[in-house]
Amino acid sequence: MPVHKTPEIADIAITASRERLAPPIGIELRGGSLAYGGKPVFEGLDLDITAGRTTCLLGPSGVGKSSLLRLIAGISPEASAQRLAASDGEPIAGRLAFMDQRDLLLPWLGVLDNITLGARLRGETIDRQRAESLLHKVGLGAEADTLPAALSGGMRQRAALARTLMEDRALVLMDEPFSALDALTRLRLQDLAAQLLVGRTTLLVTHDPVEALRLGHRILVLRGDPARMGVPFEPAGPPPRPADDPALHGLAAQILLDLAG
Amino acid sequence: MQTTWRALISFAVLLTGWQVLVWVTGVEPYILPGPWLVLQSLAGHLDLIAKHAAVTLLEIILGLIFGSAMGVLSAISLSWFPGVRRWLLPLLVVTQAIPVFALAPVLVLWLGYGLASKVMMASLIIFFPVTAAFLDGLRRTEPGWLDLARTMTAGGHGSGRWAILRHIRIPAALPALASGLRVAASVAPIGAVVGEWVGSSAGLGYLMLHANGRMQIDLLFAALFVLAAMAVAIYFTLDWLLRRLLPWQSDTLANE
Repeated sequence: MPVHKTPEIADIAITASRERLAPPIGIELRGGSLAYGGKPVFEGLDLDITAGRTTCLLGPSGVGKSSLLRLIAGISPEASAQRLAASDGEPIAGRLAFMDQRDLLLPWLGVLDNITLGARLRGETIDRQRAESLLHKVGLGAEADTLPAALSGGMRQRAALARTLMEDRALVLMDEPFSALDALTRLRLQDLAAQLLVGRTTLLVTHDPVEALRLGHRILVLRGDPARMGVPFEPAGPPPRPADDPALHGLAAQILLDLAG
Repeated sequence: MQTTWRALISFAVLLTGWQVLVWVTGVEPYILPGPWLVLQSLAGHLDLIAKHAAVTLLEIILGLIFGSAMGVLSAISLSWFPGVRRWLLPLLVVTQAIPVFALAPVLVLWLGYGLASKVMMASLIIFFPVTAAFLDGLRRTEPGWLDLARTMTAGGHGSGRWAILRHIRIPAALPALASGLRVAASVAPIGAVVGEWVGSSAGLGYLMLHANGRMQIDLLFAALFVLAAMAVAIYFTLDWLLRRLLPWQSDTLANE
């Protein structure tokens, strides 16, 4: 069954290329470690993120993949790394945008004010025009003043995606961004995200092999106790890969069995 | 509309019960006057009661403003400075063990028989619930919002702490502050009236004490009735205002 692309998503393919981008950076992490209650979750872990591409970090829950992402984001007090550097040698802090599984929209602000939160926090002037055009791209053009409580779960997560892109950062970190959504909404948002993230360095953490296989240029599997990083592999073809590709599902099933065993 | 009717019916039942009690027991009017007598007294002394009610109302409103402002400022400084929190918070809790009523005579001694001592009294009684509620709200900010904000402000000038307080912590704590203000609105009249009892020459508390001394119990009840009506009006006005100002705060009981 082919994936039906909504008109708004078809438009994005054209407009995405017009978005100006912050130059993407690669990330090199060496000797990452995390322990809970004296018991190591992972130790001496290495992770490389290629500039300008989407890296998917796949693993079962409790394996520490979110902590690894938060370590790079600089918001993990418990995990640490011996070396964590950007490919251009500049600090990573202040050059990343973070998207969580929960939309994290502020309930007292309308959608437009929510997606421009970064600029407001930094005391910068708000680029209203760019915010409005981003809202159009995610299909929320008519909801600029709507409070988050009046939006559906899918719309809220689209607003969160717009806020992430509004930041225009060299690195995008996404922590299970679509896992709280229903299957159809998830499929649409994966397409939308893939098109809008073209040319950006993205690390996407997920426990869904199909999601990783659809969106990742490169896929890393984290598993075991303590967790080890598997050999990275690169599926053929550019993301987003079609959801109805039988080869993709065969591979996903294989990965799933592998994770289970 | 239905709520208004319900309130009116409850009120009428209460008044009827009161009148029946007076008739059945045949209690002397200087012990317990019936509602009809109180109403007559209210109508007869309307000017007098209005004059004193205006004084008390002013004391309550000024007390609410000053007490809430003090509470808001102290909650913000307690949340901002860990040192202040460590040293002052235990002290603040201990001061709550002192009954404010015991301070009333001292406040009258220091601030005089006029408005200032009553406003101070009401402010003191309000200060703590507002501080405690707002500080609690400032502490309980959704951690995910703070993580997000930290990734947005990291690497910039300054720590972004002030921006996070202003744009995230304070707005997020407003519903908690509103709860504190509702408590404040219901206790502020107590502060003002206790202040008047201890030493004053005007206000409903003064009028009640004065009427009691002259065995004008009907007048005392009339003043009490006006005081209660004022307190209820203040509470509901504030409640209505807070609901309008914080429309995003969901009321999960509204549909039950």
